[in-house]
Amino acid sequence: MSDGFPAIEPGLRHEPLFLDFFYLLREAGLPVSTWEWLTFMEALAKGLAAADLMRVYALARATLVKDEKHYDTFDQCFAFYFAGTRPDAGLRKAIEQWLDNPLPRPELTPEQLEALQRFGSLDELRELFEQRLKEQQERHDGGNKWVGTGGTSPFGHGGVHPEGIRVGGSGGGQSAVQVAAQRRFREYRKDITLDIRQLSLALRRLRRLGREGRRTEVNIDGTIQKTAKNAGDLEIDFMAPRENRLKVCLLMDVGGSMDPFAELASRLFSAAHGATHFHEFHAFYFHNCIYEKVYRDAAMRDGLSTKELMRWLPKDTRMIYLGDAHMAPYELSAPYGAISYWHDNPETGLTWLGRLRDHFSHHAWLNPIPKNWWRHPTIRDIGDVFPMYELTLEGLEEAIAALQ
Amino acid sequence: MLSNFTGTESYIASVELQEAVNVALALQRPLLVKGEPGTGKTLLAEAVAEQLDRPLFRWHVKSTSRAQDGLYVYDAVQRLHDSRFGDKDVGDIRQYIRFGGLGQAFRHEAPSVVLIDEIDKADLEFPNDLLHELDRMSFTVSETGDTHAAVHRPLVIITSNNEKELPDAFLRRCIFHFIAFPEPELMARIVKVHHPLVRASLVDEAIARFYWLRSLPDLRKRPSTSELIDWIGALERGGLDLETITDRVPYLGTLLKKEQDLETLARQAQKKGRR
Repeated sequence: MSDGFPAIEPGLRHEPLFLDFFYLLREAGLPVSTWEWLTFMEALAKGLAAADLMRVYALARATLVKDEKHYDTFDQCFAFYFAGTRPDAGLRKAIEQWLDNPLPRPELTPEQLEALQRFGSLDELRELFEQRLKEQQERHDGGNKWVGTGGTSPFGHGGVHPEGIRVGGSGGGQSAVQVAAQRRFREYRKDITLDIRQLSLALRRLRRLGREGRRTEVNIDGTIQKTAKNAGDLEIDFMAPRENRLKVCLLMDVGGSMDPFAELASRLFSAAHGATHFHEFHAFYFHNCIYEKVYRDAAMRDGLSTKELMRWLPKDTRMIYLGDAHMAPYELSAPYGAISYWHDNPETGLTWLGRLRDHFSHHAWLNPIPKNWWRHPTIRDIGDVFPMYELTLEGLEEAIAALQ
Repeated sequence: MLSNFTGTESYIASVELQEAVNVALALQRPLLVKGEPGTGKTLLAEAVAEQLDRPLFRWHVKSTSRAQDGLYVYDAVQRLHDSRFGDKDVGDIRQYIRFGGLGQAFRHEAPSVVLIDEIDKADLEFPNDLLHELDRMSFTVSETGDTHAAVHRPLVIITSNNEKELPDAFLRRCIFHFIAFPEPELMARIVKVHHPLVRASLVDEAIARFYWLRSLPDLRKRPSTSELIDWIGALERGGLDLETITDRVPYLGTLLKKEQDLETLARQAQKKGRR
């Protein structure tokens, strides 16, 4: 274990300290890894928490939670675990699951299992912690109940908070559970499952490199050539660094049947928008199908004619469409078929889609509906116009390969 | 020399932040600090260095930074130029190696603090490229073959503005702290540190106005702690009395930097006037 993996005191391995708290956090959806849990254990083993629950709280949060959007869930779990504070409805289900089936878990050794079972039921467990909590509030220090440190804390154990100041409350005497129960981080929550980083990484592969702009890199070949021409007198040649010349346009279906996928769509948008490596990036909105107009805003007030779009965007712009392609057949195939009544389209949706296809060189339609549901007639029709891919990481990768 | 961090006279740290710094020190892991702009992420490194009496090395990350830049840069162009004019020994490649903030900290012979500022500015893969060096706290200069290993592992403080998501493998290795926006009471203490002589009534009123501004729903960029401190400084120098702040917001330019936000405020004031 020499690769920087946290080392822990051998004594601790037989005592799965708060191990069920680890599972509670995982059940609540926090991405806590074993690595991070061991870091927490190492910190406890070094006596960093002394016998102070506030310190346990700070230690656990600093080592286990790596994103402020998870602080709120962590606070709720902490308050529940150490004081039985009722969590939000959203979290209650996870906790119930955890209560129903806390053990056994495959990762546990028999010794750990045995030690855990000593606690008996959860009520007993809670009682035990409440009791410890009380002791902690009264600041009796009999240190080793929490961490078994034998008093090696570098902090001394006089005051609970040496000259500290408490965020989120009046000074003095507030326990960790009270702090946790205040849920100061509620507004930082984002219930995100498929993360933007994965999407960004996939989008990064979309590139076409070219040299333009400021000449800042040394050109070795050029330097040799120029120096040789100069009869051996050195002349350094510079060139512009390679940069992505790729232009991308994202057209997104909003509203109606797309509502369930709004979160996913906005994540794709964030990833594409944040991808600073594109030479140009544009985003437009439409509803169900593209007709004579597209919109700059999701509320569809700021319109741009589709013909104008085709004049304005270079032909080699990579066109990415995001939509479920799920609509009434006449919205695609009938003149004046648009679902929005202020759309007055004398030409069918399919005509417009065909125009886009003929104008631009590269297209991909991303569909958030899973592939085995693609039998719907309009999905098939649009799939005949544009190559269609599932909006999953795999589908996105295929789409990007096709857009290159 | 102190062995743990409690905040300094001019830098007030919450208990959680103190703990996070001390855990990072004890476990010798990098500390990742996030938070709204202006909450003192960068100042933290200075405060820690000051209190622990350690030298501070800085590395400000830019969008073009590569992971290696923080360790060292080999200046080939300078060497070529020198070879032309011949006033240096170009055979000695070591004089063309320039160490970056992280490289200097690893080479330093006593414990130090190193700040990697705004890691999210760089490329997505950037943090991953640093994993090995941060784990081992050593690196090799490929041009000379020299290996530099830290005798004393420096405390690495990394800040991020959340512009990009950081990779999991990187996050796993860090101790994390999010600097929450200070509550009014803490804010009053922070202001006092910077403007000890300003009247308490003025500070209270200014803080109340400041939190009211921050609570406006349509603000594009909410004013930050550092802007509040500048504002109070401006109020002090302007010698304004209490009534003036209560009625309107003087020196608004120190607090709101976007034109739309000034309009938002004007609309709010209008609404208030009508009532």
